Amino acid sequence: MQDMSQMSATDQFIFYMQENGLYVFNQFLDHFLISIYGVLLAALVGIPIGIFISKYGKASNVVITLANIIQTIPALALMAILMLVLGLGKTTVIVTVFFYSLLPIIKNTYVGITTINKGVTDAGRGMGMTKTQVLYMIELPLSLSVMITGIRIALVIAIGITAIGAFIGAGGLGDIIIRGTNATDRTAIIMAGALPTALMAILSDILLGAIERQLDPVKRQQKKVISPM
Amino acid sequence: MLKIENLTKIYRGGKIAVDKLNLDIQEGELIAFIGTSGSGKTTALRMINRMVEPTSGRMTLNGKDLTKMNAVTLRRSIGYVIQQIGLMPHMTIRENITLVPQLLKWPKEKKDETARRLIEMVNLPESYLDLYPAQLSGGQQQRIGVLRALAANQDIILMDEPFGALDPITRDTLQDLIKDLQQRLKKTIIFVTHDMDEAIKLADRIAIMHEGKLIQFDTPDNILAAPANDFVKEFIGSHRLIQQKPNIKTVDEVMIKPISITIEKSLDEAIRLMVEKRVDTLFVTDGDNRLQGYLDVESFTGARKTKRSVSECYEKDIFYVKTGSKLQDSVRRILKRNLKNIPVVDEEHHLVGLVTRANIVDIVYDTIWGDEEPTTSSEGQTVSDSFRELISG
Repeated sequence: MQDMSQMSATDQFIFYMQENGLYVFNQFLDHFLISIYGVLLAALVGIPIGIFISKYGKASNVVITLANIIQTIPALALMAILMLVLGLGKTTVIVTVFFYSLLPIIKNTYVGITTINKGVTDAGRGMGMTKTQVLYMIELPLSLSVMITGIRIALVIAIGITAIGAFIGAGGLGDIIIRGTNATDRTAIIMAGALPTALMAILSDILLGAIERQLDPVKRQQKKVISPM
Repeated sequence: MLKIENLTKIYRGGKIAVDKLNLDIQEGELIAFIGTSGSGKTTALRMINRMVEPTSGRMTLNGKDLTKMNAVTLRRSIGYVIQQIGLMPHMTIRENITLVPQLLKWPKEKKDETARRLIEMVNLPESYLDLYPAQLSGGQQQRIGVLRALAANQDIILMDEPFGALDPITRDTLQDLIKDLQQRLKKTIIFVTHDMDEAIKLADRIAIMHEGKLIQFDTPDNILAAPANDFVKEFIGSHRLIQQKPNIKTVDEVMIKPISITIEKSLDEAIRLMVEKRVDTLFVTDGDNRLQGYLDVESFTGARKTKRSVSECYEKDIFYVKTGSKLQDSVRRILKRNLKNIPVVDEEHHLVGLVTRANIVDIVYDTIWGDEEPTTSSEGQTVSDSFRELISG
C-alpha cells in the first residue's frame, strides 16, 4: 500500500480509478440506466400528450403550465415527497426523472408540430390525406428533430437528478460523490464520481445532437446540395 | 359538369363568407374567382374539395353529390394547388409529385413513369426528381406543385392564388404553362386570384365576387364590354375598359408574313436570305413548317468559321403566341421581355405570322391618328390613355 498523503489529487484519482475501475464502471452503468429509464418513460407519455395538445389548442395551456410547475419544485424536495409514497431506492429516482423530463419532451413535441408550415399540412389534407396520414407522413417526420432536442435536454437534466438520487439509496455515481464529501481530504473520490457524471452528460448531449441533425429535413439536405441552377 | 347550387358558408359567430353561390361550370373550362380580400373567393374554392365544409347548398359533379361523398376520397380526385406551394420538405421531388398516387396505392413502376412523364412536361430535367424542394427556386417549386395536382389524372384542379408568391416574370411563365397544360390536357381548372390581368389572360369565364355574393359570371370580353354594376367597373379599372375599345383585337389581324428558313439549310444560305430580305432574324422551321427556333444575326457572327448548318447554331429558346391570342397580351410580352418581335403559331405549332415592334408602332399610330373623330376633348383623353397602356404594357 502506498502512502496516499504523499500523492497529488490527480495521482490519487488515477490510483482510485485503477483500484476501483470496475466499481466505478458499474455505478456509471446504473446511473445511466436510471436516467434513460426515466427519460424513455417520459417520452412514452410525453410525446402522445404533446401531439394531443398540438391538436387541441385549449388543452395546451393547462398541460404546459402543469409541467412548468413540476419543473419549479427542487429535485431533492420532489424526491423526498415521492419517497414517502414509493419508499427508498431506484424506482423513486426513475419516477422523479420521469416528472422532470415531461416538460421538455411535451413542450418540444408541441412546438415541433405547431411550427410546421401551415401550407404543408394544408396541402397534405388537400391531397386527400386522412388525419392519421397527415400525422405519420408530415407532422411526425417534420417535427422529429425538435422532439429529439426535447429528449436531449431531458436526458442531460436527468443525469444531474440521478446524481442527487444517491441520497435516497438509488446508487449510481452520486454514491461515490457523497462518499467523497463525507471523507476528509478526499478530492480524488469526489472527482471519481463527478468526472464520469459530467462525461456522461456531455457524451449524451453530443450523441443526441448528432442524431438530431441527421433527422432535420432542412439541415440534412444542405449537405447534398448539387447546386441547382 | 360541376354544378354549384345555393352554396353557403356561415362561420361560427354568424359571419356569412359565401352567400347562395350558383355556378355551372363546363368540362375543360378555366374559371377564375376574383374579388377583394374577404370576398369569399377562397372559401368558395375550398368548399369544392370540402377543405371548408359548406353550411348549406349542393354541389354535383357529373350528377354525383359532392357534399355526400367521403371528403378524403373526394380530395384525392381533385387537384389542389396553393399559394404557399406546400411541397413536403422531407420528400424528394419524385415523392412529392406522386403523393396522391402514393395515397391511392399505385404500383411503383406506374408512379415512376408518371413522375418522369410529368416533369418532362414542365421542361425540368429528370435529374430533379431526386432533389429536395429546398434545392429548387420558387418558380420551379410551384411547377412541381402544379404537377402534383395532375399526377392522379384529376379532372378538376383547384388553385388558390397559385402565382401570388412569385415574381412577375416567373408568374408570367407559369401562367403560360397553366394555359398550355389546360389546353393540352383538357382539364377543368378553377383558380382564385385578385389580379385582374391574370384573370383576363387565363380565364374562359370570370366569377367576380364581393362580400360573399357572386356579382357577375361571364367571359372576360363580356365583362369588359358590359360590367354588371359600378363595383365591377371599379374593380376592372377604367384603363382596362378603354383598352378593350380598339377595334383590332387578335394578333391574326396585324401579323405580317415571317421570313423563315428550314433547319437543314447551310449558314451561307441563311445569310444570303437575310441580306436579300433585309432582316436580322430568321425563324427556323422543320420540313413541315413547324417552328423550331430562330437564327439571329448576333448568334452566328462568331460561329461562321466553325459551324456550317443552321441546325448547329439556331436558338431553341423562343417565345411565341398562339393564333387568336389577344393583341394586348403579345404587346405586353414583347415589351416585358424586351423582345424585338414575336412569332405566331397555330395549334399544330406551324409558323403562321409575326408581330414586330414596327407593327405595334403602326397600331399605336392608327389608334391615335388613324380614326380620329370630331368629338374632341374626352376622346383625346381616351386615346392617350390607351396609348400609354400599350407602351407601358
